[in-house]
Amino acid sequence: MSSPDLPTPTQAPKKTATETSLRIGIVAETAEGETRVAGTPSTVAQLIKLGYAVTVQKGAGVASSYPDADYVSSGAEIGTRKGTWSADVVLTVGTPAAAELLLLASGATLVSWLSPGLNPSIVDTLAALPITALAVDAVPRISRAQSMDVLSSSANIAGYRAVVEAANSFGRFFTGQITAAGKVSPAKVLVAGTGVAGLAAIGAASSMGAIVRATDPRPEVAEQVSSIGGTYLPVVVAEQAEASTDGYAKVTSDAYNARAAEIYSEQAREVDIIITTANIPGRKAPILLTAADVASMKSGSVIVDLAAANGGNVEGTVAGKEIVTPNGVTIIGFTDLTRRLPAQASQMYGQNLVNLMKLLTPGKDGQLVLDHSDVVQRAITVVQNGEKLWPPPVVAVSAAPAAASAAPVEMVPKKVMSAVSKAVITGVGIAVLFAIIAIAPAPLPQHITVLVLAIVIGFYVIGKVHHALHTPLMSVTNAISGIVVVGAMLQLTIEDPATRILASVAVLLASINIFGGFAVSRRMLRMFSKD
Amino acid sequence: MNNHTLTLAISGAAYLVAALMFVLSLAGLSRHETSRRGLVYGITGMVIALVATIVLVVQNASSLAVILLLAALVVGGVIGLWRAAKVQMTGMPQFIALLHSFVGLAAVLIGWNGYLDNATIAPELVGIHRGEIFVGIFIGAVTFTGSIVAYLKLSARIKSAPLVLPGRNVLNLGALALFVVFTVWFVVTPALWLLIAVTVLALLLGLHLVASIGGGDMPVVVSMLNSYSGWAAAAAGFLLNNDLLIIVGALVGSSGAYLSYIMCRAMNRSFISVIAGGFGIVAATQGDEETGEHHEITVDETAKLLAEATSVVITPGFGMAVAQAQYPVAELARALRDRGVNVRFGIHPVAGRLPGHMNVLLAEAKVPYDIVLEMDEINDDLPSTSVVLVIGANDTVNPAAALDPSSPIAGMPVLKVWEAEEVIVFKRSMAAGYAGVANPLFYRDNTRMLFGDAKVQVEEILRALSDVRV
Repeated sequence: MSSPDLPTPTQAPKKTATETSLRIGIVAETAEGETRVAGTPSTVAQLIKLGYAVTVQKGAGVASSYPDADYVSSGAEIGTRKGTWSADVVLTVGTPAAAELLLLASGATLVSWLSPGLNPSIVDTLAALPITALAVDAVPRISRAQSMDVLSSSANIAGYRAVVEAANSFGRFFTGQITAAGKVSPAKVLVAGTGVAGLAAIGAASSMGAIVRATDPRPEVAEQVSSIGGTYLPVVVAEQAEASTDGYAKVTSDAYNARAAEIYSEQAREVDIIITTANIPGRKAPILLTAADVASMKSGSVIVDLAAANGGNVEGTVAGKEIVTPNGVTIIGFTDLTRRLPAQASQMYGQNLVNLMKLLTPGKDGQLVLDHSDVVQRAITVVQNGEKLWPPPVVAVSAAPAAASAAPVEMVPKKVMSAVSKAVITGVGIAVLFAIIAIAPAPLPQHITVLVLAIVIGFYVIGKVHHALHTPLMSVTNAISGIVVVGAMLQLTIEDPATRILASVAVLLASINIFGGFAVSRRMLRMFSKD
Repeated sequence: MNNHTLTLAISGAAYLVAALMFVLSLAGLSRHETSRRGLVYGITGMVIALVATIVLVVQNASSLAVILLLAALVVGGVIGLWRAAKVQMTGMPQFIALLHSFVGLAAVLIGWNGYLDNATIAPELVGIHRGEIFVGIFIGAVTFTGSIVAYLKLSARIKSAPLVLPGRNVLNLGALALFVVFTVWFVVTPALWLLIAVTVLALLLGLHLVASIGGGDMPVVVSMLNSYSGWAAAAAGFLLNNDLLIIVGALVGSSGAYLSYIMCRAMNRSFISVIAGGFGIVAATQGDEETGEHHEITVDETAKLLAEATSVVITPGFGMAVAQAQYPVAELARALRDRGVNVRFGIHPVAGRLPGHMNVLLAEAKVPYDIVLEMDEINDDLPSTSVVLVIGANDTVNPAAALDPSSPIAGMPVLKVWEAEEVIVFKRSMAAGYAGVANPLFYRDNTRMLFGDAKVQVEEILRALSDVRV
């Protein structure tokens, strides 16, 4: 902790790849409709800083608007398909095809979006190869790993893009205006589910000027919703949603569902745009809007169903298509929303991978080290050197509210005096005061009376002082405590040289106090000004 | 003779009016709107008291006494005005500590005079008179040396680290017990050596008391000494049978005590534990478990972040005063406000080395006081704040106080800056703060460190900010 000043990044010696450092390959994606790439010029530069050499397959970034020349100027080499796939570490966006997996070198590490939970066969395929495979989509949802959470990144993009798609199909403004051509009411948007995608959608829609409402089974999200400009619609039922332990909303109860369905029906008649984001991992998405709800919506309304790939939250959604119902409601079921923002999606995915590589490269020396005692690293390891390590042990996440309340903060209990002992102390004090005044001779009782009353006045007068005025208050009280000058002056009347000298010195000292204290208070109070 | 009683009656009335003026003065100082009026009340009260006293002296004493009085008054006044005009606002803590020492010394001198004066005193009051002399000298002397040590510590002429003598609590309590013994002895048989002994004892106690308190507890110490100087004046009032001194002394004494109480509460510590001192040493060994990777940020990135923010909260600490950064900080606040950013300041009650120290520095730099808020006023707004700038503060923004029950500063109310979207910490290095407690704030994901001299860095940000267009 007592380390000296650390060098700023610009002063740090620039790392360059040495002969022993590993080579990272960023391949061109081959999946149908894929526009993204696993590294951008800026993330490549950061990988090189970690000590790696980087090869980018020719044309890999073109669909994301990153030309090869930009990668070269970031320090990467441009390679062939074969050359890139044979690198020591291969980064991809989508799960590679079987033919591509065969191009991997023996002992290579594949970092990719593998969905090992939903796709068990891929685990077996990978385990048959002499490689290490890391699934970036399996990063646990703990705060420390947030910077590597590709699911959050893509949900964020999808939520934003959902609003853009909705705006594109919606025939009106989002924001309300009063123009010479008449008044325009703001669009009303309902966002169902306030995970990362839902929050991104709320933020985007409200910043475009729409009135945004949101629903979610977890009442604790109300604050997050209002912080980005939305209004939370609570579903009030007797029981509350169980606190989730994996950071996702759980399956909800019947009573809850009935009330929620009513809310959706009410809202469907009222709002212009609905964006649904209710996905439950590993299950078919729940139906939130029935065909009847959709039929009750105004003509020209738009629904964007972000769960379309999982079966959809809306009756009538067609995955991958935009359809218009007979009553004029557009239902957008695109499953490629992140791919429709390729430059942004690549940048965020690439940055997630850089953060992961930082974790895996503790020495910043271009050497990849897997440490299974770290929950993050263990959770993403699907296969290591041909050995199957999936599924990993369960990790409880910090997003769970239960975790926070489970560890009650054990404050050291402050000794609070009981009412009885307080009363005793007060009683004793009064008795002592009474005794002193009863016994003490002539002028003393009067002085004590004055003293006690003045103390009480002092407490009451100061009790409400504004915190900013503590210093001026102190310098004024200091000046008036120079009132001892009165005592010293009166002692000057005593006809004794020694007394006179001491009294004169006391007068001098106290005067410094009086004049200095008042003058400096005046200076300070003059500085305080209001805007 | 008749003339003399009339003067006495008039001076008595004048003293009462003066005392009322002082009460009104303190009442006025509790709010910005009435604070200047409060000062005028205080000055008026003092003028009334001084004029009444001078008239009394002129009537009763030789011309030599009058000349001495006026000379001392003028010399003292000139010195006071001169120092007050010259002192820098960052030097305010030590200036006020020095002023406290004068009151203490004056009270000691008055006590000695009370002994030297052989005026006839009613026989039943002689014992009480002697006791009053001792109490007055004791409080005055403790105030005197305590304030001198506080002055030296605050002006960095001596190290501000707490002095740790073996058995320091025994020393303090022993000194108190010895004082009681001396007082009883003196009441029975007054002797000059006892007077000297008790003066020396009290001087040493004051020295030790403040020497063993660390630099970060100085707000409490200064307001505690303020309180002592009031009690010294009240003791002088008892000695001289003067109600004005008693009233004013009690006002100052109780208000100083109340301020100390506010400061202690702000640190979640008892008054006794502050006086006993040595907080820093206990904590220094506390582990380094809360370490991790900190993220740095450049000046340009900071400027960009600030330009894009909708609301910014600046939390200054003693480090801002040390770096003399209040002017560029105020300039930065102004520039951001001109861009439409909602800028406010969040002040922890014990930030700095004097109660309200930061407020005075910001006021000096022309920051309007209505955007300078107290911890309790700003804490609820921090979660919706885009960027928090922590300038020279450390322990007052430490999340361990709120989140880690095992931390040595657990339970101390702090500014919850970590709840904001982004936190930028201006710091010279990664060293721990005054309390010696590691600060997990620096390792949080939403915290960025900006190393270097706060003044230089803020000036750089200002320059960079003028290039950022939104």
